[in-house]
Amino acid sequence: MPAAPAFDGLTVGDIVAEASFPLTRDSLVRYAGASGDFNPIHTDEEFARAAGNPSVFGHGMLTAAFVGKCVTDYVGPENLRRFKVRFATRVWPGDSITCKGKVTKKYELDGEKRIDGEVLALNQKGEVAVSGTFSAALPSRN
Amino acid sequence: VNPELQGRVFPPTEPYLVGREKVREFARAVFATNAINLDPEAARAAGYDDVVAPPTFAVVVQEHTLAQLLAEPDAGIDFSRVVHGDQRFTFTRPIVAGDLLTATLSVPSVKTLGGHSIVTAETSITDASGAHVVTTISALVVRGEDD
Repeated sequence: MPAAPAFDGLTVGDIVAEASFPLTRDSLVRYAGASGDFNPIHTDEEFARAAGNPSVFGHGMLTAAFVGKCVTDYVGPENLRRFKVRFATRVWPGDSITCKGKVTKKYELDGEKRIDGEVLALNQKGEVAVSGTFSAALPSRN
Repeated sequence: VNPELQGRVFPPTEPYLVGREKVREFARAVFATNAINLDPEAARAAGYDDVVAPPTFAVVVQEHTLAQLLAEPDAGIDFSRVVHGDQRFTFTRPIVAGDLLTATLSVPSVKTLGGHSIVTAETSITDASGAHVVTTISALVVRGEDD
């Protein structure tokens, strides 16, 4: 894993992440098993349709996990202080989810060099599925 | 939703032992392909005791506390009407395989907004030494009967 980026070398607007994740029925089943979230609305087509949905749809926390992966791959897991995700539009089997993010703020807090950033998870139409924000403490220089 | 839920603190859950294969299973399920999430040697080389859980793994532990909320007889929360509004995490350190975690649920607020209720469920997760690892907070929007 690459070292965390040095605070001193960062500029507001720097790209945090750009990565794509394919969403399939298989990925929903795997996430259900891995997370323990067995709400059948995500895995059982008949149940999902009976509840008025066109099909099963993705767990919000699965899309959130894509965002989280992008954040920790950038800042390093031990440097992450805060992470927040807000759920917007739902995601569906066959969607391709792209995470894009950037650094939004540099500052010092509690003696730490901190950055804030935002990472959006977008579907293939460019609609926001999950918007994420984070704060991380970084070394001044590598 | 019972407004008296506000301020309630639930008993700590049974300790959750974070298994290496569970972390790897979760990491694969969320496409977390970084070596520190999957390979114990790579994780040790990076300074961790074992494979590192992706940041949202805390919800796996939180799930046990939400089950307490669901089972609370006077909560009045119909989970078929619950929409997940947002999820927040405050980290002291990442979760690592081998951690023995205890989760404690509290409900800092219950608000009513235009026929909906918003229940804030806060789960504080500590390790075997009692040290804080991560707190994760769910905003649960309970839709009103009219929707």
